[in-house]
Amino acid sequence: MISGKNFEDVNETKEHKSHADLAERFNRDEDRVNWHDKTLWFIREKRDKAAWQLPDWEKLRETASQIKHNVLSNLYDYLLAFEKNAQTNGATVHWASTPEEHNQIVHSIIQKHGVTNIVKSKSMLTEECHMNDYLQARGINVVDTDLGERIVQLAGEPPSHIVLPCIHWKKEEIGELFSEHLGTPKGNADPQFLTAAARQHLREKFMTSKLAITGVNFAVAETGEFVVCTNEGNADLGVQLADVHIACMGIEKIIPQRKHLGVFLRLLARSATGQPITTYSSHFKKPRPGQELHIVLLDNGRSERLGSEDFRNALKCIRCGACFNTCPVYRRSGGHSYHNAVAGPIGSILAPGLDMKHYADLPFASTLCGSCSNVCPVKIDIHDQLYKWRQVIVQQGYAPGGKKIAMQGMTAVLSDPNIFRRAGAFGRWIMRYLPFLVNNPLNPWYKQRNMPEAPAQSFRKWYSKNRKNHG
Amino acid sequence: MDSREKILSQVRKNQPGVAMLPDLNFSSSSDNIAEKFSTVLVNIGGAVLEVSGWDELHASLVTNFTNKRIVTTIPELNQRIGTVDFRQDPHLLENVALAVLPGKFAVAENGAVWITDEMMGDRALPFICENLALVIRKQDILPTLNEAYQQIGMSSYNLGTFIAGPSKTADIEQSLVLGAHGAKSLVVYLMK
Ligand code: SF4
Repeated sequence: MISGKNFEDVNETKEHKSHADLAERFNRDEDRVNWHDKTLWFIREKRDKAAWQLPDWEKLRETASQIKHNVLSNLYDYLLAFEKNAQTNGATVHWASTPEEHNQIVHSIIQKHGVTNIVKSKSMLTEECHMNDYLQARGINVVDTDLGERIVQLAGEPPSHIVLPCIHWKKEEIGELFSEHLGTPKGNADPQFLTAAARQHLREKFMTSKLAITGVNFAVAETGEFVVCTNEGNADLGVQLADVHIACMGIEKIIPQRKHLGVFLRLLARSATGQPITTYSSHFKKPRPGQELHIVLLDNGRSERLGSEDFRNALKCIRCGACFNTCPVYRRSGGHSYHNAVAGPIGSILAPGLDMKHYADLPFASTLCGSCSNVCPVKIDIHDQLYKWRQVIVQQGYAPGGKKIAMQGMTAVLSDPNIFRRAGAFGRWIMRYLPFLVNNPLNPWYKQRNMPEAPAQSFRKWYSKNRKNHG
Repeated sequence: MDSREKILSQVRKNQPGVAMLPDLNFSSSSDNIAEKFSTVLVNIGGAVLEVSGWDELHASLVTNFTNKRIVTTIPELNQRIGTVDFRQDPHLLENVALAVLPGKFAVAENGAVWITDEMMGDRALPFICENLALVIRKQDILPTLNEAYQQIGMSSYNLGTFIAGPSKTADIEQSLVLGAHGAKSLVVYLMK
């Protein structure tokens, strides 16, 4: 294990720890937390810049949300149309109710072809299904080809962010990891050098894998094609050099028509990283001559959620990660503290739908500040849903007393006076711009103490600024 | 009941009441469109070169890739560069230093070029080559993706892709590195 990190027991399959406990661990290394916080805020700012350049930004968000609403209300017909068109295009379509069934389907395809080495591009759905573990246990070697995913895979960790899987890793640690696994010289932590080493290492995997698995960003009912977006080109390279392509998707990834891609692709990368578009947005319609194409559609609770007026909107998510980057709790607690494949605000409203008891803590890992809903490109009412989940969880008796769990959720990150003091600039920033986070009646901590009024700048900052001004 | 039936019947039962599809009317402007395209593409790590003909284009290619394997699917360049039998194993394209492929059109707002499988020679080529050059006519630049999809319409392709700049990653501490798994460099030639 790489030193300086505290992630040994964050894997959700291991003993269950609450968000508060895990966040507390993350917060033991103050410098790392500050760095993590800043890095993500930087990405949030890039998103803002990209969004502001488009005069139609708000209209695009509204349009995307409406298209997704139409998808939810016509999902039955769209799924059938997608299936039919995909079959006409030459794909085999599979349906899986559960992650177990999904994994069995994928495994049987792999077995049929007698393949043992496969390459996989980023797919949060396969994380949701714990597919790698399932296949690995059956002697299949799965190589994640997205650089960030490969890094966490080599380290034996799950991704900590849906778009930026190793956002919690420092380059020196990656250098150490690569020197151990890829034989790069010790002490070399240059991103350019390390990326080149990974390119070489993974090129060999691409050249020798007969089967490639990808996720799906959007699947078009009208044409049966699906779109996969990457910056690295790993999905394309894997697929185009393989005899078999398996694309795994949730049933909510359907969009009605091809032209609607124009709306979603304008929003996705800008929301995710502030890029105008990802480097590659590949529209897979028919497999290459001689290639087998399989599409696996997974339900895993989605069709049930569709029936819930309060929670169905979460199915609109296009997995851009913007709500992570803006979330004050995520930024200061790290993705692993959510002990779920999808972390952050969206993970906190998706997970309790799957296992309310196990994930009862997640809706409380929020300040309800609403920043997530404000940046969400498909306008999901994330913070409202967080609040509604709290009510459901308390009603169902899964919360160990509203006050206690809310205290835990908040304690680790924002409200604990110790962490508040340590958080320094961040705490002052919260108090100045978002005092309602802390002075919110939902925050039981507030009931007991009065928050100090935040000085506009700390004495230290004031002092150094004045020194500069005066001499 | 198998999973397909189970999922579909549950979806039918649970889907909410009808919601209409919105119109897709967005603002767009074609002012300085080539400049806009260039600025965006350069910002994301690509390069743009204007050329007035195939001779000029060819000259620009060979200066940078002397004695390297160049592959093209553009008939006008075939006499100068040679042809490749794309029926062979795509793995054999691994040593291609430069692929020169025609794009259908480009998009100013994001620097992307649309290319479909029949222009790729082999579908692996745009991704496996070490460097990529895409050629479009200068007048084929559209303002936004909205116009791009109007242009694509219901055209039939087997694989279509937007390529915007060279392959890249920022997974290591958010430092941008060009050349993750795909092409390490990308140039778009605008043919006048
Ligand atoms: S909930 Fe919205 S902001 Fe969060 S990942 Fe999904 S689409 Fe992006």
